[in-house]
Amino acid sequence: MSEHPSDLRYTKEHEWVRVGDDGTATVGITFFAQDQLGDVVYLVLPKVGSTIERDSKMGEVESVKSISDLFVPVSGEVLEINKDAIDHPERINEAPHDAGWLIKVKLSDETELEKLLSSDEYDQIIAS
Amino acid sequence: MSPDAPLSRTALHPNHIAANGRMVPFAGWDMPVQYVGVLAEAKAVRTAVGIFDVSHMGRLYIDGMGSGDFLERLLTFSVKNLKAGRARYGFLLTEDGGIIDDTVVYQQSAEDGSKERYLLICNAANRESVTTWINQHMTGFPGVSMTDFTIESVMIAVQGPAAAALVDSLCVGEESPSSLRSFGSMSQMVKLGADASLVEVFIGRTGYTGEDGFEFVADADHGPALWDALVEAGATPCGLGARDVLRLEAGLRLHGSDIDNTKSPLEAGLERFVNMDKESFIGCEALKAQQERGVSQKLVGFQLLEAGIPRHEYTLFNDEKQIGEVTSGTYSPSLDTGIGMGYVFSEYSVLGSHIQIDLRGRPVEAEIVELPFYHRPK
Repeated sequence: MSEHPSDLRYTKEHEWVRVGDDGTATVGITFFAQDQLGDVVYLVLPKVGSTIERDSKMGEVESVKSISDLFVPVSGEVLEINKDAIDHPERINEAPHDAGWLIKVKLSDETELEKLLSSDEYDQIIAS
Repeated sequence: MSPDAPLSRTALHPNHIAANGRMVPFAGWDMPVQYVGVLAEAKAVRTAVGIFDVSHMGRLYIDGMGSGDFLERLLTFSVKNLKAGRARYGFLLTEDGGIIDDTVVYQQSAEDGSKERYLLICNAANRESVTTWINQHMTGFPGVSMTDFTIESVMIAVQGPAAAALVDSLCVGEESPSSLRSFGSMSQMVKLGADASLVEVFIGRTGYTGEDGFEFVADADHGPALWDALVEAGATPCGLGARDVLRLEAGLRLHGSDIDNTKSPLEAGLERFVNMDKESFIGCEALKAQQERGVSQKLVGFQLLEAGIPRHEYTLFNDEKQIGEVTSGTYSPSLDTGIGMGYVFSEYSVLGSHIQIDLRGRPVEAEIVELPFYHRPK
């Protein structure tokens, strides 16, 4: 059974996007990504108010084992970052799709959402 | 070893699979890197008791009349004055003083002198080079032989403040393992399996975590039942990930990362494991010469003053000047900072001084600190 909820959208870079009904989106890393990383200990996120471009680097997630870049799944303005997850990076392991969210974005181009993957498509990618 | 060669499996491989261990290739072996998580496993060892499959490490018997004299010539510590049951840590060196491997040697001779035998533990990745080195130097010692019994046996490390009580509870002999001093050893009988059959186990009070603990050596056939008995008695299975965090916190060097045959014990800050006053050993002259002229680089421990984790081969700086490289690094759960070891030019090795580490383009401040990073509570 998939660990990846069907109401989220996904990227090949192992991020998920939850689209709100007010032109905003919440972004995090997937269950699969945190499972591969192991215990997350540091998180670097973009500044609130900054503008981020799709596919550009927006931060880093570092586990005991390795460090990975975070890429922007949807362009926009950063409305909020998860300060609780910065102080308690274990949230990302405990609840990657909920309490372990990373940033909230005001979308600048909603057509980008069409480029994201469904949970089925994402599961196929990680299975191959 | 060819990178395409199939991975070896320890006798405990089925236990790891059953416990959902995440298996990774390590030194030619298929080993568990973690079961539930590196930090949870490291915490179990610091606060209670964890067990590690270290069966991939090489186990060699050096037997026969003259084996003490033989090892005396190869090792940086005195073997001949080891009392029965005692063990020491030290090195096999090249003629140039480079570290071929670091090793623990247990004295297993009969007390009446009727039999001479030593158990030598070497790193998994160095088993071939160590056995080759030993064989090459055996001429002139006709009474001495070497037996590599790595495959026929298992080795399990039982580590943590609760290790002594747990190990005592499994052993049936009159003398309890908790009576051993550090680097002491004994043979013991352990009750295993549904039929509670008695199995002989060799137990040393040694380890690689900075905690109190024991290492068991037993026949491979009994390995799975021994592992299960330890888990049943309350030990947490721990993988190579936790082992690396724990040994780094304890300031213990890893051969292949922190030490190798291009580094001497003096450069690595391990001179306390070299006895220059004993009879001559291979590499002794080179070390004496190095001691006289001084070393140009030294291994230091450092603690990050900002967020981030130093990793193997990251560059170390003093202002703009490159002064060395990280050999090992990790996140330290005990200190809640990044920690690491690496070689720097000797003039930059002063305790308390600040250096910078290039963390993927981000310069991060670190302080050179005394090793180990972690001391277990007395």
